[in-house]
Amino acid sequence: MSTNSITVKDLRKTYKVPEREAGLKAAIKSLVARKTKDVHAVDGISFQIEPGEIVGFLGPNGAGKTTTLKMLSGLLYPTSGELSVAGHVPQKREREFLQQITLVMGQRSQLNWDIPAIDSYDLYRAIYGIPQEQFIADRDKMIEVMQLKDLVKKPVRNLSLGERMKAEMVGALLHQPGVLFLDEPTIGLDVTMQRRIRAFIQEYNQRYNATVLLTSHYMADVQALCKRVIVIHHGKLLFDGDLTQLVERFSAQKTLVLTMSDMNGKTPDMAQYGTVVTQEPNRVVLRVAKSDAPQVTARLLADLPVTDLTVDDPPIEEVIESVFDAPETSE
Amino acid sequence: MSELATPIKPEPRRFGLRNMLTMYAVAARQAIIEQLQYPAANMMFMVHILIEPVIYLVVWSSVATSQGGAIGGYTAAEFAGYYIIWTLVRQFNLAIGPQGFHWRIKEGRLAAELLRPVHPLLPDLGYYLGYKVPQTIYWLPMGILLWLLFKPEINPVAWQIAAFPVVLMLAFFVRFFFMWLLGLVCFWTERVDALFELYFAAELLFSGRLVPLEVMPTWAQNVANFLPFQWTFYFPIEVLLGRVDLPEFWPGVLAQLAWIAGGYTLVRLIWKLAVKRFTAVGS
Repeated sequence: MSTNSITVKDLRKTYKVPEREAGLKAAIKSLVARKTKDVHAVDGISFQIEPGEIVGFLGPNGAGKTTTLKMLSGLLYPTSGELSVAGHVPQKREREFLQQITLVMGQRSQLNWDIPAIDSYDLYRAIYGIPQEQFIADRDKMIEVMQLKDLVKKPVRNLSLGERMKAEMVGALLHQPGVLFLDEPTIGLDVTMQRRIRAFIQEYNQRYNATVLLTSHYMADVQALCKRVIVIHHGKLLFDGDLTQLVERFSAQKTLVLTMSDMNGKTPDMAQYGTVVTQEPNRVVLRVAKSDAPQVTARLLADLPVTDLTVDDPPIEEVIESVFDAPETSE
Repeated sequence: MSELATPIKPEPRRFGLRNMLTMYAVAARQAIIEQLQYPAANMMFMVHILIEPVIYLVVWSSVATSQGGAIGGYTAAEFAGYYIIWTLVRQFNLAIGPQGFHWRIKEGRLAAELLRPVHPLLPDLGYYLGYKVPQTIYWLPMGILLWLLFKPEINPVAWQIAAFPVVLMLAFFVRFFFMWLLGLVCFWTERVDALFELYFAAELLFSGRLVPLEVMPTWAQNVANFLPFQWTFYFPIEVLLGRVDLPEFWPGVLAQLAWIAGGYTLVRLIWKLAVKRFTAVGS
């Protein structure tokens, strides 16, 4: 059996898109001389994912995440580069390869809207040739884990977004794929639903040693599931490593949260220590440059009646934002 | 949280004939479940479909009566028989249209289908075969009503009655493959309405859908001989009307089989190019 590893070497995808200026004159001109320009959606990225890893694939809108996932799942032909997924070349779209992968797109439905999900699952069983006993056992267990017992009997169109997404996840995993490409699987869901889907992905990964490449704009998904992240921007790879390293590397600031004892109505000028994020009578949140953090901490302890002080990294969302705002550099 | 049921990832599975038959059966069952949910919408669709032949029936029956009782060898009662059978044949030769294909690509459904380890044509085939079951149920009261209203004359013998379901199914296969072929155009361009209109106009004229081919000018009948359309409407209707004798029947069935083989081959060839195109530019 082939392993569930993913290898990407110098992967590129270039689209030719029509280019035209505004106005009637440009429209007429385009009839005879059509101009196109090359858009490099994915621009020479390389990475390797080992079997059983869950990797967060991050980037702003238009970074090339979905294009990469589509190439990895065989839906798009790369312009150049080498790909290997579970021992197969995805663009060949071999039956054995398609049996080993799944691609879940949070904004696209794969279930038939007009019939209950449980009937759609039956078609998946037939398409993937899943033995009946195994199918029933897995289906029922997944339905139980996802708390979908009564919901799978309703037409999919009558389900809420979160319920539908849970049903989609079950459908996508019934054939027990070894490689999961998950594109925004929790988009638009409430916190409870997000948590349930995360737990489901985690359990599936542990149970089957499945490899997961996950894109999400919700950092809670990434923090809960991914030790490692790959960040791309404008089609280029910006970072590939541990989430903690990402924060270390791209976070230029630290957050200081200090609690003080009663100061008899006096309000100290906190701006002299750093940027004030919030200030209450006995509690202040400051943002300071990472390099200044030790000195500022020492000054605060010396100057003020501090009863508690914590030094944290900024929220991951802010770190990611600063990564995307950083000038383009590739690794 | 509780554990999933099967702890070992299975070996890749084979997909044999038995799996394929199961898949057709499940897809057909889905179509039946889906269509039975919408009785009102389906009855309305049926009425919509019946308007077209009823107009032809009234017009051509009147013309036949005014021409001394018959035109092109059809009496008013035979025209009634022709168009009532037409309504049943129409139910059976319904297949995915180009608009359906366009929707499929636009909504990303095709991408999902391409991720599955079977050709999307196969579940489609099962689905449209199953689709015939509820459609026939919905057709029955309408067919009986038309029968009572227009008092048709049809004269099939036993073998023609027995052969009708066979040629009807073959008619469906011919139309299914050619509609699929037409739908594949959507992989290259979205602005295909003009082409689709042209196709359906040709089908209307040369299939016997508008009028029995004998009533058409000779040149039109000659053109029709080189096109697949008459094998999807005219031929099965004529079989049940009792107007096709054995010497004409077998060449007709062979023609249907030839068009099925041709349509299937073309779909296979163009599908490869279409997928190449799709995987080059994306959805």
